[in-house]
Amino acid sequence: MALSAELYYLIPEIILLSGACLVLVLDAVLGKEQWSFTYTLTQLLLLATAGAILFVDPGQAVTVLGGNFILDPLGVLLKVSICLVALPVFFYGHDYNLEHGLHKGEYYILGLFAILGMLVMASAGTLLTVYLGLELLSLSLYAMVAMNRDSRMASEAAMKYFVLGALASGMLLYGISMLYGATGTLQLAGLANAIAGQTDNTLILTFGLIFVIVGIAFKLGAVPFHMWVPDVYEGAPTSVTLFISSVPKIAAFAMAMRVLVDGMQPLAGDWQGMLIILSVLSMIAGNVIAIAQTNIKRMFAYSTISHVGFLLLGIIAARPAGYAAAMFYVLVYSLMSMGGFAMVILLGRKGKEADLLEDFKGLSERSPWFAFVMLILMFSMAGVPPFLGFWAKWFVIMEVIRAGFPMLAGIAVFFSVIGAYYYIRIIKLMYFDKPLEMKAIKSSRQMRTVLSLNALSLLILGLWPPLLMALCLKAIGL
Amino acid sequence: MIEQTLFYIAAAVLVFAASAVITVRNPVVAALTLVLCFFCNAAIWLLLEAEFLAIVLVLVYVGAVMVLFLFVVMMLDINIAELRKGFSGFLPIGVTVALIMVISMVLVLASGYFAGPEYVPLKHAAEYSNTRELGLLLYSEYLYPFEIAGAILLVAIVAAIALTHRRAKNNKSPAPGTQVAVKREDRIRLVKMKTEQQS
Repeated sequence: MALSAELYYLIPEIILLSGACLVLVLDAVLGKEQWSFTYTLTQLLLLATAGAILFVDPGQAVTVLGGNFILDPLGVLLKVSICLVALPVFFYGHDYNLEHGLHKGEYYILGLFAILGMLVMASAGTLLTVYLGLELLSLSLYAMVAMNRDSRMASEAAMKYFVLGALASGMLLYGISMLYGATGTLQLAGLANAIAGQTDNTLILTFGLIFVIVGIAFKLGAVPFHMWVPDVYEGAPTSVTLFISSVPKIAAFAMAMRVLVDGMQPLAGDWQGMLIILSVLSMIAGNVIAIAQTNIKRMFAYSTISHVGFLLLGIIAARPAGYAAAMFYVLVYSLMSMGGFAMVILLGRKGKEADLLEDFKGLSERSPWFAFVMLILMFSMAGVPPFLGFWAKWFVIMEVIRAGFPMLAGIAVFFSVIGAYYYIRIIKLMYFDKPLEMKAIKSSRQMRTVLSLNALSLLILGLWPPLLMALCLKAIGL
Repeated sequence: MIEQTLFYIAAAVLVFAASAVITVRNPVVAALTLVLCFFCNAAIWLLLEAEFLAIVLVLVYVGAVMVLFLFVVMMLDINIAELRKGFSGFLPIGVTVALIMVISMVLVLASGYFAGPEYVPLKHAAEYSNTRELGLLLYSEYLYPFEIAGAILLVAIVAAIALTHRRAKNNKSPAPGTQVAVKREDRIRLVKMKTEQQS
């Protein structure tokens, strides 16, 4: 294929990169008064990128640029959802930044580059591209966490995130070097072939695999590589936490799919065992420690860790139906997590974050509608039918049972019951406790509309789960 | 033969300079010996026919990075005695860690997992250009990763500026634009006053 024909499939990435550079220049030229312009441009750019991905969708797997770039149905669905999930995330973030005096163009510019990194990861064809995409994403995130320079908490969180993240990148790179040494190729497809053909000396492959898994687990925030999650979630400005908790999870899932499934399916027996340990530990630590939290951002952090445990269940099944269930889970999770942090943003005001559990006390008296919105979000996260979160848990647990791990399914159900406690505690605080203050909630009409739609989508899609599931199954190729 | 002699000379100077970097007391001398290290390294790379990397090492590391290092070392007043305090206290732990590392490395390297076939670097003809080969590979097969690396560097610049650039709080520097645009009416006010009567 000629280079121009190959570049056709990269149009979305090219649009995003050149658009991000354009936004960067315009933001610097137009100066302080025009930040809402930067925001609008960012949103338009994301829409254009999502449109371009659908436009170039080849409908089958296409490998171009020397195997570095793969565009298959899986990549298309993940990339479109990354762009579409980022839209409301930037919307909520914009609202928060305006209110809290953090309104800087860099938030959107670094966000765009992070999204570019995620797109690169989602359609990576070699280990090299996976790593570069990951670095593009992480570097942008480190800077975003530190964006509020006057906050000690944010600086500390950014420092921890940066050091641990660099360590995890190093581990990943070390693992990749082992795999390269053992197989002599960086291409994921070639790696799978080489592994399948290799019967002796598999020790070095397993050795490399361990380090690669550490890198992926760090990105997902699975126990015992979760140390950064609570501190970063709590320390970062809520607009950044919102971003980190939703969109990069989809990219981390994409990375796991590319490396473990595309590249190392023949080693499934090895990585299944490692992922089972990660998954069980995540479900235990996430759900149990979350109970003790009084800060809701920290509580959400531990809740994320437990959700990651569930998400891994789908990959552990090591079958296409399991991958589809995990994909369903990560998409649903990003919707829920986004809504949860948007509620924190909604209740906050200038100079005060509503990040304590007691800020939710008596919300039903202050605003019955938003108490109901939060109720939907919490029930969905806890996995109560008919909300979408229930189906996400249902599908992964069913897949784990079908793959022959009934014990694991039992553990998952048990810990989701424990997890239900701290979600339902918030509902109790909202409906049965007296409010600390009776101030009406001040927010723009757009914010109310988008947040309501976000929560209602969990209810409506939850009433008919095959709709989203069909998309996931089609992307996996079932 | 002459190549081997050159290699041994470069390697010996490299080992000497590297150990000097961490043992000399004067930080400026340490930085300069590091420059010597880079030079010897570049010489070894030249012997391996990797002339592009050798040139880049000298240009970028010796020419730019180390000069910056020297500046920093000369500008900052670092109290070496303060840093060296408690060195002997950490010695037992340091020696233990170093010993464990040496033992594990010997065990791993002697285990046979790394004992593959021995590779001797290929000798190329006189017209072979490593720079050209590298360029061809970089701009064809690795075009996509190369561009992503460019984006990463751009993000690094944006992040560094976003995190460090701020106007000083008590900055009293005037804005030239507003000074030029100033009109006479802004600065001078003519007031009509009645002359006062002498009483």
